[in-house]
Amino acid sequence: MSATILHWAGGFAVLCFTLGLGCAAVRLIRGPGAEDRVLALDTIYINGMLILLVLGLRFGAGLYFDVALLIALFGFVGSSALAKFLLRGEVIEP
Amino acid sequence: MIGLPLWAAVPVALLLVLAGIVTLTGSIGLLRLRSFHERMHAPTMGMTMGVFCVALAATVIASLLQHRPIVHEWLICLFLFMTAPVTAILLMQSARRRQRKRTGADESK
Repeated sequence: MSATILHWAGGFAVLCFTLGLGCAAVRLIRGPGAEDRVLALDTIYINGMLILLVLGLRFGAGLYFDVALLIALFGFVGSSALAKFLLRGEVIEP
Repeated sequence: MIGLPLWAAVPVALLLVLAGIVTLTGSIGLLRLRSFHERMHAPTMGMTMGVFCVALAATVIASLLQHRPIVHEWLICLFLFMTAPVTAILLMQSARRRQRKRTGADESK
């Protein structure tokens, strides 16, 4: 009973995260400015990380947590580097 | 997830469903809102509430299954709560600067 409930709840959560990832991908392609694209990339990172966390819950594997942590880390590094580039014109200033 | 009692499975399922709905709302807001300054606010809902709910659900499941407190999902939560404002501030500054540059170029024509 509880396994069935958790199975369907996890499936619904993964479906919602996937739809959100699709919305952010549409914004990434369509976005009028470069800032919109960076924001959409950040949202894609977050949604992908959440998908991995819920899949780790469903399959009971601990490896998904490490992958999600790495995705969070690289998402922050990538989006902050892109935002810094948009702000200054170069990422690492001399 | 075999062997989880029903009194724990129902709140965990509700947390997962809530995380999904909140994150989907944020992403739809990113798609549908009109200006960049409005769109800035929408995905932060998924970044805070969604990650919080999923981390809470994962903590409850892992702690009940292994009979000891397991809190390593909160590492992701803490990291995101620390880094999301930094990205938001940098993006907002760059958006304002680029907008000012664009309007300044229009005025100088």
